[in-house]
Amino acid sequence: MYKYDEIDQAIVDQRVAQYRDQVRRFIAGELSDEEFRPLRLQNGLYIQRHAPMLRIAVPYGTLSSRQMHKLGDIAQHYDRGYGHFSTRQNLQLNWPKLEDTPDILAELATVQMHAIQTSGNCIRNITTDQFAGVAPDEVIDPRAVAEIIRQWSTFHPEFALLPRKFKIAVSGTKQDRAIVQAHDIGLEFYYDDQQKMAIKVWVGGGLGRTPILGSVVREHLEWQHILTYCEAVIRVYNLHGRRDNSFKARIKILVKALGIDEFRRQVDEEWQHLKDGPNTITEAELARVSQYFTAMPYENLPAHDAGFDSAIASNPAFAAWVKRCVHAHKQPGYRAVSLSLKPHGKAPGDITSEQMHVVADLAEKYSFGELRASHEQNLILTDVKLSDLYSVWEIARANGLATPNIGLLTDIICCPGGDFCSLANAKSIPIAEAIQMQFDNLDYLHDIGELELNISGCMNACGHHHVGHIGILGVDKDGSEWYQVTIGGKQGNDASLGTVIGRAFAAEEMPGVVQRLIEVYLRERTDEERFIDTVRRIGITPFKEHVYAKQEEAAHV
Amino acid sequence: MSNLIRNNAIVNDDEWITVTLPAGEEVVRKQAGKVVMFKLTGEQSCTPEQIAATVIPASGKIIVPLSVWLVRKDELAPRLAKGELGIWLATHEVLENLIDAVDDINQLPIIAVFVERFADGRIFSIGTLLRTRYGYKNELRAFGDVLRDQLFFLKRCGYDSYLIRADRSAEEALASLQDFSQPYQGAVDETQPVWRRVQR
Repeated sequence: MYKYDEIDQAIVDQRVAQYRDQVRRFIAGELSDEEFRPLRLQNGLYIQRHAPMLRIAVPYGTLSSRQMHKLGDIAQHYDRGYGHFSTRQNLQLNWPKLEDTPDILAELATVQMHAIQTSGNCIRNITTDQFAGVAPDEVIDPRAVAEIIRQWSTFHPEFALLPRKFKIAVSGTKQDRAIVQAHDIGLEFYYDDQQKMAIKVWVGGGLGRTPILGSVVREHLEWQHILTYCEAVIRVYNLHGRRDNSFKARIKILVKALGIDEFRRQVDEEWQHLKDGPNTITEAELARVSQYFTAMPYENLPAHDAGFDSAIASNPAFAAWVKRCVHAHKQPGYRAVSLSLKPHGKAPGDITSEQMHVVADLAEKYSFGELRASHEQNLILTDVKLSDLYSVWEIARANGLATPNIGLLTDIICCPGGDFCSLANAKSIPIAEAIQMQFDNLDYLHDIGELELNISGCMNACGHHHVGHIGILGVDKDGSEWYQVTIGGKQGNDASLGTVIGRAFAAEEMPGVVQRLIEVYLRERTDEERFIDTVRRIGITPFKEHVYAKQEEAAHV
Repeated sequence: MSNLIRNNAIVNDDEWITVTLPAGEEVVRKQAGKVVMFKLTGEQSCTPEQIAATVIPASGKIIVPLSVWLVRKDELAPRLAKGELGIWLATHEVLENLIDAVDDINQLPIIAVFVERFADGRIFSIGTLLRTRYGYKNELRAFGDVLRDQLFFLKRCGYDSYLIRADRSAEEALASLQDFSQPYQGAVDETQPVWRRVQR
C-alpha cells in the first residue's frame, strides 16, 4: 500500500496544527457556528444527536495492521470502545469529544492517516473495489491512480468549497463493484485497442434525494489526462451548480438540466485550456506510486491444498463459511477473505476495539499486514493462503467475525440512522437487527441465496437503499417513523434503481414485509434465479400483491 | 489599523475606493423552504435605476461594479485611461462579461471579487480563470466575507490582495497564508504539481 514520504507527512501534520487552531478559536468564541461548520466538516467532524461524530478517511478502503491497531487504540481511549465502518469505506467514531478531536487527528497522523475531506462540500474519499489488486476479473488495478487522485484532490484550492459534496469512484474490473454509476464522477479503467490504459468517464450519478445513474461523458480518456479532465468537469460544476438550493446542488442536477451533450460540450471547452497542462500525470509519477501497489511476495503454491479440502469435507460450519466469505484470487493457492461485520442482531458495520486488534493481528499473520474495508461494511483480508484458511476461520469465529452471510440477506448495508445521525428521519439499525433475527436460520438464509438488502434512515441514502435488491428507506410521517420499501435495485454493470412497492410500513411490520417478499421469490424462482433476477423477470406486481394482500387480511381480522 | 493584506503584508496605504451600488429592494427568496443564500451564476442582481444612481467619486482611484462599467463605459473610460479605474464583480456574475468589456484585461490595475458568503467557492474558479485563461497580471483582490480559513486557497487561486472582514484581525489572518508548505497539486501560485517540483 502507499507509504507517506516527508511531503505527505508534512501535509497531515500541518493539517493537524491548522485544525487544532480552528477548534481553539471555535471554543474561544472567535469562530461562529456557521464559520466553523465547513471547517470541521472538511475534517470529518459532525455534530450529532448525542455527541460529535468523527469520520476517519480510509483511502480506497485500504488499511495496514499498524493503522488498524491504532484505530482500535483510539476507539478505546477516546470513544466507547467501538467504531463503525461506513458505506464510503471510512471509519466513524460515534462518541468523541470535540476538544479531543485534534489529539485524535495527531494520533492518526503518526500512522499516516487523517480525516481530511471526509465530509463537507468538497471532493470526498475516493472509493474502489475492495478486491482491487487480487480480483480474478480485474483488468487494471486502479489503486495507484486512486492514490494520485487522492493527493490531487487533497486541499485542491479551486474546489475547496463546491456547491455540494463530490464523490469519485474508480473501478478496473469486468464486474463493477465500486458502483461507478452512482458517483459524481465514476472512472472505469480498461485497455483500449492500442493496449493502453484508458478510462470511461461517468458523470452525474448519485443516490440521495434524487437518485440518478450516471451518464458517460467520455468513452475514452487516456490515463495521463485524468486530473485535468476532472478539473474541467468540476470547474463547470463549481461555477454553474445550483448553489441556491442545497437539494438541487449535486452535479447530477446540473447534468440533467443541461443534458449530457451540452454538459460534455462545456467540459470539453474547458478542458481544451487545461489539457496537457502541469497536472497531466507523468509516466514517472505513475511509476513512483505504482511501486506501492505491486503484487505481494506470493509463494508458488498449488491450486489445491489437501488439508483445506479435507476440512471442507469434514466440517460443515467451515464449509458454509468458505462458501460465503472466501473469494477467488488471481494467485493460485490464495484466497481473499471477508470478515463479516454483520453478526445477526448487531449494528451492521460496527466493530469493537478488541475486534480491531484481532483483525489487525490476522492481517499481520496471514495477509501481508494489509486489509480492506468494503462499501458493504465488511473487512477483507486480501491474500490468505488456502492452508491458512482454517486457522483464520477459527480465530475469526471465536471473535464474532465469521458469520457466513456475505452476499446474503442479513449482510445488510445500513447507515447509522436515527440512533446517531441528526439528519435521519428514522432509525435504521433496529430494523436491520430485527430482519437479521427474523432470518437467523442459516440453512434458510443460504437457500434464499444472494440478496442485497440496504437500509437508509433518510433520503440522503448513505445506506444505498436505491441499489439494494430490497431497499428500505426511513421516512417521517407526522412525526413518526415509517419505512418505504423498494425492490429491483442493483449495483454493478447493469445497475438499476429500485421501484417503490407501495405505502410505507411501521417498524414492527418490517421483518414480516421482507418475509413476504421472500415468499414470493421462493414461490416464483427458477433454479438458477437470484432474488433480483426473479424481480426483473416477473416485475414488482406479484410482490406488491402478496405483501399488501396479507396486510389487508390482517386489517380485517 | 488596516484590514488589507497585499503581497503577504498588511498595508495601510490603500488608495482604492470601492464604489458600491445604492441599496436596492432585497427580495427574500426561498427554495425548498429555505432562504436562498447564494445567487445563481448569471442571475441579474441590480436594476438599471441602481446603476444610474451609483455615485462615482469625482477624483481618486476607484473600483467600480462590473454592472456599472458595462452601462456607463463612456463616462468612465477616461478614468481607466489614467490608470485610476479598477472593476469588481460578485461571485455570481459572469466573468466573460468582464473580459468582453475591456480591450485588454491588463489595462485594469486592479480587479476585485466580492464574496457575499465565505462558503461560495466560485471565487476560486474566477481567480484561477483570470490568472490562467485570461492572463491577468495586476492586483487581484478578494473582499466581502473574507476570512482567514479561506486565505490559503485564495492565494493558491491567484489572489494577492485580501480585505479581511472588518470584525476580524488581518494580522492573525496573515499567518494562514503559510498553512501548508508543500501542496500536492499545481494551481495558480505554484503551477507545478509536487511530483514535477520535487524528486520524490
